[in-house]
Parts: sequence; C-alpha cells; structure tokens
Amino acid sequence: MNRARLMWRKSLNAVMLTLTGIAALAVVSILFLILGYLIYNGGKSLNWAFFTELPKPVGEAGGGMANAIVGSLKLLLLAAVIGLPVGLMAGIYLAEFGGKVFGFVVRYTTDLLNGVPSIVIGIFAYSLAVLPVKHFSALAGGLALGVMVIPITMRSTEEFLRAIPGSLREGAMALGASKWRTIATVVLPAASGGIITGMLLSLARVAGETAPLLFTAFGNRFWSPGWNQPIASLPVMIYNYAISPYDDWHRQAWAAGLVLLGLVLIANLGCRLVLSRTGAGRSA
Amino acid sequence: MASAAHGKDASAVRVAPQVKMIEKNPPTPEKEALVRFEISDLNVFYGPKQAVFGLNLKIPKNRVTALIGPSGCGKSTFLRTLNRMNDTIRHSRVVGSILLDGQDILKMDVVGLRRRVGMVFQRPNPFPKSIYDNVAYGLRINGYSGRLGDLVEHSLKRAALWEEVKDSLHKSAFALSGGQQQRLCIARALAVDPEVLLLDEPCSALDPVTTAKIEELMFTLKDSCTMAIVTHNMQQAARASDFTAFMLDGKLIEHNETSKLFTTPSDHRTEAYITGRFG
Repeated sequence: MNRARLMWRKSLNAVMLTLTGIAALAVVSILFLILGYLIYNGGKSLNWAFFTELPKPVGEAGGGMANAIVGSLKLLLLAAVIGLPVGLMAGIYLAEFGGKVFGFVVRYTTDLLNGVPSIVIGIFAYSLAVLPVKHFSALAGGLALGVMVIPITMRSTEEFLRAIPGSLREGAMALGASKWRTIATVVLPAASGGIITGMLLSLARVAGETAPLLFTAFGNRFWSPGWNQPIASLPVMIYNYAISPYDDWHRQAWAAGLVLLGLVLIANLGCRLVLSRTGAGRSA
Repeated sequence: MASAAHGKDASAVRVAPQVKMIEKNPPTPEKEALVRFEISDLNVFYGPKQAVFGLNLKIPKNRVTALIGPSGCGKSTFLRTLNRMNDTIRHSRVVGSILLDGQDILKMDVVGLRRRVGMVFQRPNPFPKSIYDNVAYGLRINGYSGRLGDLVEHSLKRAALWEEVKDSLHKSAFALSGGQQQRLCIARALAVDPEVLLLDEPCSALDPVTTAKIEELMFTLKDSCTMAIVTHNMQQAARASDFTAFMLDGKLIEHNETSKLFTTPSDHRTEAYITGRFG
C-alpha cells in the first residue's frame, strides 16, 4: 500500500518533469530552428556586396542593402532620441515621485500603450507626421518607433530604480542631499547598468518592427540623405523582397533577415554582459 | 561648575558603591549639562495613527543618550524626527517643539538641519562608490571645495577606519566587511562635522567584536559630538550611554542617568523591561 503510493508519486514526478523539460526544449529548439534556417538560406547570399552596395534593379543579379542597414540604424537613432529621454524621465517619476492614484493611472496607461498593435502606432505617426507634410520621411518612421520605445524603457527604468534599496536614499538625504540630488548622484548611478540594458533591449525590440514603418518611413531603393525623405529599413526590405516573385530577391530577403537577427542578438548579448558585470560589482 | 562637582564628590563617598563607578567618569547631571536638543510636548503621527505621545526630553551636549524600549514603542520614529527623516514618509505629521541650540528645527531649512544632525542607520548603507567617494559625498553635495583628501582622511581616522582602508581608498565600499561598512557610514556622517549624531540601532547587524569597536568609537566621539542611540541591547545602553530614556507605547516612561535608570528605576514598567519581563 505504502510502497504503491510511493511508486505512484515517484512516477508522477518523473512524468511531470519530462513534460516541463520537453516544453523547455521546444522553446530552445524553435529559436535554433529559426536561426539555422536563416543561416542556411541567408548565408548563401550574404557577401561583402550585401553590406556595401545599393539594391540592383529588377532582373540584375547581385547588389546589396547598404541603404537599408544604414536606414535602420538612422531610424533607431531617431527612436532613441525621441523615446529614450521621455521613457527615462517618466520611469524616474514613477519610481521616485509617482503618487498612488496618478502613478497607477500612468502605469496602467503605459501597459496599454505597450499592448497597442504596432500598426496602430504606425497609423498614429502617419496622421501626425506624414499627412500634414504629404510625404513619407525618416522622421515619421523614427517617431513611430520612438513611441514604441517609451513604454518599454519606462517600465524597465522603473523596475531597476525600485530595486535600489531605500536605505541608500535615506543615507544620502541624511547627509543633506535634496531629493533630486539623491536621485542624480546615488540612485541613478547605482541603477545605471540595468537602465542602460533596458534601453538597449527596447531599441532591439523595435529594430525588427515592420508594420509601423510601412506607411511612415515607407522604404527607398536609394540612399536617403537627411531625415526628411522616405528611407529604407531592413524589416520593410525583407517584407518587400519576400513577397516579390523573384528568386534572387527571396535569397536577399533571407540574408537581410539574418543580418537583422544578428544585430538584435549582438545587442542582447551586449546587454547581458553589461548587466552581469555591473551586477557582479554590486554584490561584491 | 567646580563647586557643583565638588559637592557631588562629597555625596558620592557616602552612598552605595555602584554610584562610585560613575565617579570615574562623572557625567554632568542633566540640569547642569548644556542642552543640545530640547524636545517639548512632541507628538508624531503617521496618518491617523499616533506613534509618539506628548514627549518631553532634553538631550545634553557631548553626551550619549540611549533610547530603549520594546519594538514598536516609537523610539526610532522619535530619533528620525530629530533630523526630520520622517518628512519623506507620506502623511507623517509632527506637532510640538524641538529646539536645537534654541532654534526650532521644524522651521529650519531641512538641508541645513541634516548637515548639523547626522545619522547612522541600522544596516550599513554605503553608496555603490569608492570608499573615498563615500566619505566625500556629504562634502561635495554641500559645495565644499577645499582639500577633500585631508578631510576624508580626518573623517576616516575619527571613525577608527583609516588604518584598515588607507591603501584601498579607491576600491568599492562593498568590498568592506559589515563592521567596516558601518564605520564607513559613521565616517561619512562625520565628514560634514555634525553637532549631533543619531544612531538607529547601529550594531544590530554586527558581531560582538565589531560592536565593541563602535562603542569605543562613540566614547571617543563624545568630545566633539552629541549622540543619541536607539538600541535593543540593554547591555549596550548600560555600557555606552550617559543617559537613558525608556519608551513604551509611544510615551516616554523614564529618563535618567544611565547608572541610575539601570540600578534604581523609579517606574515599575522600566524595571520590568530592564529585567527582561517583557519586550
């Protein structure tokens, strides 16, 4: 009797352990499947020209996506300039000053904003920055991405600031530091590793966004000087090339996908590195 | 003053031996010592809850005053009122008068007040900066532009930490042990040369050896500093303080010279507490 129950408990334990393990394995293998597929298909057409040349006209083989790579970086720069300061400041406000009711409202609204489909944010940027001037532009695309960066940066900033113990704040205030001085000289430096990581991750998140760029930055087959013209970006390039009827374009879309994923992975790994290093400094 | 001390000498010979113990290090009786803090009819509220009730207390200059009492009796709240740390707590309210050298601290600029009344907390809370920058922090935010290095060294020496850290001033403060961190926090507080040092259970997270070091340190600091210490450890209060105040349920029950309070408490609740019958 007792032994039977023990057997039952042991086997149930083994079954559940196996099931959760399989689920975990599935998650990992999906990522590696995507990565492997991308490398297999994209690696073939990835060459030096891909990074340095402009797209070739239809029918001509070769060419690259240099304009889209630079375009994506320019759009991310705009998104950073527009979104990061607002996200950072709002995060500081929420963590350090936010009142109960107002704080709740802001936090809840931010979560909603985070959940707004990216295409809707695209429409918002379109009506704000494209319709009035009657042309697509890098600025409009940057605005759309910047709006998406705000809630992610804000919540991560808030989380990391909240993780700083209150005793540090009290220590600074007991020495006569004002609230803002305390935040600027003690709390922010202590949380800086985490905050920067959150910022980079939010940029990595929006780097792959396509929908909000379709009718804001639009795309461009040539270089886009300045900030006021339609501009190419990797995700939109992938979209256009993947739905085209040309085999050569399909191969280039794979290559662009690989480059985009590579950029995001590098950003991610860089963040982990920064975080683990500052984290180690904190606990040592 | 001289005649008063003389009179005390004469009376001490006649009374019990435990009073002789005080004779080695005669604290000036409260009414004769210069008063640094004069607290009258102090009430502290957190929202609708009252934490301190009608408290009257004089904290004498260059002496150590210990605050004892069971958990939740309001002693920490009271201590934090003295440099207005409770200002940061929402819905906290202070009614009454607290005079620091005759000036009402409730009307004072809070930054100036905290520069004069430093604080050391229960858990060491060094900033995530180097040892040097920790001590220099208070000086920098107060716009001090003189020779920072000398003052940092002086403060670390006053906190009896200099010998242990003089070769690693630019290492992270987190590399220090708990007891060293606490002394670093004391050095940090001393750097701005406060008139009063408030210590909120400074040794509760430390081992006995380190505790002894901090108590020794308090003894040497008496020359230049007035101290008020909250402690749960009655031996510590008996060892390290000149005056002791016993609080219960937000009220001050008894306040006297430490030796008298511990040997001949006048209130039965004080006696019950110091003999370990509750708390």
